[in-house]
Amino acid sequence: MDVQSWTLLLVVISFSLYIGIAIWSRANSTSDFYIAGGHVPPLANGLATAADWMSAASFLGMAGLLSFTGYDGSVYLMGWTGGYVLLALLLAPYLRKFGKFTVPDFIGDRYYSNITRTVAVFCALMVSFTYVAGQMRGVGLVFSRFLEVPIDTGVIIGMLIVLFYAVLGGMKGITYTQVAQYCVLIFAFMVPAIFISIQMTGNPVPQLGMGSQVLGEETYLLDKLDGLSEALGFTAYTDGSKSTLDILCITAALMVGTAGLPHVIVRFFTVPKVRDARKSAGYALLFIAILYTTAPAVAVFARTNLLETVSGQPYEAMPEWFRKWETTGLILFEDKNQDGLIQYTGDAEINELTVDPDITVLANPEIADLPNWVIALVAAGGLAAALSTAAGLLLVISTAISHDLIKKQWKPDISDRSELVLARISAVIAVCIAGYFGINPPDFVAATVALAFGLAAASFFPAIILGIFYKKMNKEGATAGMVVGIGAMLYYMLRFKFDMFGGGTSEDWWFGISPEGFGTVAMLLNFIVSLSVSAFFRDPPEEVQEIVENIRLPKGAGEASPH
Amino acid sequence: MEKPQHNARAYWRQNLRYLIVLLAIWFLVSFGAGVLFKDVLNTIKIGGFGLGFWFAQQGSIYVFVLLIFIYVRLMNKLDKKFGYDDED
Repeated sequence: MDVQSWTLLLVVISFSLYIGIAIWSRANSTSDFYIAGGHVPPLANGLATAADWMSAASFLGMAGLLSFTGYDGSVYLMGWTGGYVLLALLLAPYLRKFGKFTVPDFIGDRYYSNITRTVAVFCALMVSFTYVAGQMRGVGLVFSRFLEVPIDTGVIIGMLIVLFYAVLGGMKGITYTQVAQYCVLIFAFMVPAIFISIQMTGNPVPQLGMGSQVLGEETYLLDKLDGLSEALGFTAYTDGSKSTLDILCITAALMVGTAGLPHVIVRFFTVPKVRDARKSAGYALLFIAILYTTAPAVAVFARTNLLETVSGQPYEAMPEWFRKWETTGLILFEDKNQDGLIQYTGDAEINELTVDPDITVLANPEIADLPNWVIALVAAGGLAAALSTAAGLLLVISTAISHDLIKKQWKPDISDRSELVLARISAVIAVCIAGYFGINPPDFVAATVALAFGLAAASFFPAIILGIFYKKMNKEGATAGMVVGIGAMLYYMLRFKFDMFGGGTSEDWWFGISPEGFGTVAMLLNFIVSLSVSAFFRDPPEEVQEIVENIRLPKGAGEASPH
Repeated sequence: MEKPQHNARAYWRQNLRYLIVLLAIWFLVSFGAGVLFKDVLNTIKIGGFGLGFWFAQQGSIYVFVLLIFIYVRLMNKLDKKFGYDDED
């Protein structure tokens, strides 16, 4: 069977599975819809969180990014896993004990203010929308490359699937489809990685293969890659080119941003007890770590393969995959010196080949000449990763509208049944908007994903941490901190990513900190402003201080309730 | 049994102590071994890996997973000791 039939077969099977699960787990109340009734076992929640978290960017993008940046890519590995330690130790158990439905719920109640609540809703919406547009685009790309349908049709198919199970099942449906999606995506990621690891090093464990000797040679794979890279004028793979301060800032911003992402936090509201919240954070990171420790190995294999296959070789002799990707425009070859050979070097003047890092994971099995079903599996895995994250984000968006805005502020006396209807309508609207951005992607999608982390780091993280660990933090301090944090982050991003406020190049960065790393600075600003401003205002009321006392003790978490 | 108020304070203080130790390790393996001391550690080779590079792309992640499970164990014990465990 050819790749296209295999892909079609695997996509149809996996999609029917997701739809089947959705029908089996329909939501009957707002509690089902927002937090799966609070009955999700920790293991299932760990699996669902892992799928929720690992998006098209983790599955398709990260290994490629690592492959092209070497050591510098470590910021993503440490940043996107280290955040779970913060989440497990500093946030998840306390927010679960608090026992409401959403992050703005906590911020609004803890800071006894609807203004603070609205600021939080605004941040949640902003973070989630920027994220979800990229997921829809990822779905479209996979469809177009493997099933040869137009990207727009791919986006619409993806929308219909997500619409079906997110609207019908809410959090309950999403949780159990995410469990299935995790299994699909991790299988799809590991199979080619193991194949290639055996092929190149003889070691079936990619994490070990990465540090082994090349099969049939006396050199270590990493030394070989360093040598190849330097000979071609690239930086040695295991050295970085970013400044140490910038590496520290980006890593910290990604860690703290991860811990502040509303669609991840809300997953910890779905388990029955505080101890389950802690445990499921552990499971989640374990399942994420399987992919995140394999990705750097895949990156090394792919980079070595690519350099060996193309560099200095005649263009005419390129294998089939090279031409296929050329037609998508993701591989570009321009024979500058007209010698018919491919000069691939770090020197922009004479370099003739441009490869988009995003194709690494998709093209890797083809480059390594693996069987057709393995190539098709990667497509199904990419779809699972994109759909699971999209669904989680859409739920945050619809909850923010139906619960945080309508129920909590505009019409508090609405019945549970009508709130459920509203939540479903909001989900439909959110899917349509996400689909629109998937079909007409704004140019700034890539830039705003970094902004999403920066925003989460600059706003939610300090407000939640202070809310739990500093009893005397009052609404004035928290609100001022969030506004300054977000403001600083927006200013820096708009100036250096979108050329506003006079723009500027990397020379003008403050202390050489890139916009991706600025979330760390904005977060520190938030902490400083919150603490200083709070000193000038009255302590929070007695009953709020009691809430804080209460969430610190795990006993009696009980069922989450809307009141 | 001591007074509940006193109990709660002792529980919280022990919790904070655990957090400080665990987060110090969290900081050391990532920001320390993976970034700040990377070049020094890279002079030590384990298989094909320089140790600093290994911490940045592999080791720190393994330690993160361990840290959470250690925290889970410590807190479950602490909950039991102070009678805050939530068995049905």
